[in-house]
Amino acid sequence: MKATPAGIGSRGATAVAVAGVIGCLSAAVGLQIARDRIHAGETRETERILYVRSGEAAKRLALDFDALWADVYWIRAIQHYGGERLASARDRKYELLFPLVDLTTTLDPYFTIAYRFGAIFLSEAAPGGPGRPDQAIALLRKGYAAQPGKWQYLHDIGFVYYWHYRDFKTAAMWFERAADLPDSPTWLRPLAASVLGAGNDRASARFLWNQILQSEEEWLKRTAERSLRQLDALDAIDQLQAIARRFPPPPGQPYSWESLVRRGILRGIPADPAGTPFDIDAATGAVSLSASSPLHPLPHRQTAPAS
Amino acid sequence: MRAISRIAVSVFRESVRDRVPYNLVLFAVLLIASSFLLGQLTAGQDVKIIKDLGLAATAVFGLFIAIFIGIGLVSKEVERRSIYALLAKPISRPELVLGKYAGLVLTLAVNVAVMTIALYVVLAYMTWTTPPALQTAWDAPGVDPALLKAVFLIFVELMLITGLALFFSTFSTPMLSAALTFGLYIVGHFNADLRNFEQVVESRSAAWLARGLYHILPDLSAFDVKTQVVHGLAVPGGYLALTTGYGLLYIAALLIAATFIFSRRDFK
Repeated sequence: MKATPAGIGSRGATAVAVAGVIGCLSAAVGLQIARDRIHAGETRETERILYVRSGEAAKRLALDFDALWADVYWIRAIQHYGGERLASARDRKYELLFPLVDLTTTLDPYFTIAYRFGAIFLSEAAPGGPGRPDQAIALLRKGYAAQPGKWQYLHDIGFVYYWHYRDFKTAAMWFERAADLPDSPTWLRPLAASVLGAGNDRASARFLWNQILQSEEEWLKRTAERSLRQLDALDAIDQLQAIARRFPPPPGQPYSWESLVRRGILRGIPADPAGTPFDIDAATGAVSLSASSPLHPLPHRQTAPAS
Repeated sequence: MRAISRIAVSVFRESVRDRVPYNLVLFAVLLIASSFLLGQLTAGQDVKIIKDLGLAATAVFGLFIAIFIGIGLVSKEVERRSIYALLAKPISRPELVLGKYAGLVLTLAVNVAVMTIALYVVLAYMTWTTPPALQTAWDAPGVDPALLKAVFLIFVELMLITGLALFFSTFSTPMLSAALTFGLYIVGHFNADLRNFEQVVESRSAAWLARGLYHILPDLSAFDVKTQVVHGLAVPGGYLALTTGYGLLYIAALLIAATFIFSRRDFK
């Protein structure tokens, strides 16, 4: 079949139109890529903007769709946290983490994982988190007010007091309160007793982190694994410290791993569970975790707010 | 009754001709695409978010159908002047209004039913592909029959919105009807605040006015049990029955008002 001149003209016009659309779109995408590359820092600042900060206002604006908006803020919270974790240590601010999880949980007061996720990561010390256990406790209290039957929130508050504040008395009190709730697990009361009796022991901490390790949430699991490795590092530091004290260097020489290895006391330079060699102070022999270790910083004491 | 059902079927056919079912394809694509993407973004909350998204999309798609088809049910016939041909037939004006309403409700019922089936299919797939150990962390089972409670109340709410759109369509232009219906949809979700107005104002008359508005305006926030259902919280049967009863009585009032106004309208 022969194409008529009109048919050719029409096909030609279609081809020109398609080529035009593809050409314009390709050029637009090219400009978009160039802009994102050149102004990468500015986009990052835009991501830090939170248009609605009031949870109540957001709830009103969401009409019937508050749960869906909660999901949107939840995804933003995860992206914000993940983005900050990937940023260079100096740029990590996490300043939107609390407002985002707060908005999420105001929009959907039953969003259990948002409270628990928020609490774990808000309380984590820099650079892994903003180091705000006070905000973590406020968030968990809010969760408990929304769902007064949930022992998990009280357990988590106890955990924050235990791990981040080292306030064992208050931690034990919260574990007791959690144990008083129906459907709470039987291990809570013995845990409260052991925290109260020998709060500073690492066995209780290991037990608590192992509970979190049972979580099905990959992020929580990873945090628990890291904390368990930190506990292993603390154990190793204690042992190495004892060795360094027992076998001081010959007079006039500094403390060093090489010296201990040379004398056959250690088989090699000791490393933390992440594989980074421990530091040893040349003058005092004090053993510590290297600042370059992924496990740095080890848990430290902070001032607890009123319980 | 026969006349009403005939008109209803014709409204349903017209909506099919107007390509309303296309939104079902969009809904299915949205759900399936989300189920693949969300798993990467939500730290284990994909099933919860699929449920939220599915229920919200059912409500939004239904809302658009209810408003944008509802406002044209009567006014389109008047604009096209096909109302004369219709009224010349052995159909009473109330039958015409009720038939139009029933037709749009039938369209919505089919839409909501198909969307619900699509949602359950996606949830069944996600349940099937998730290891049982991970499922224990879910607030409610993936394929949870309780979701039907939320779907049911969404449907009653859509019936009410259709009633509003039809009511406005009997005496005003499509544009104004859409604005009024959408306005009442928004106000209806703030309605619960009017109930508690007396706690924040000192004026007794203002408090009474607010209380009066609370009863007169549609209380749409009561139809939203999506959050409770998604988290596996109980929605008592009594609550469902009372809210449905409220919705049906409000719809009846709207239809009576619509038929009354339409019966008295002069099309000359």
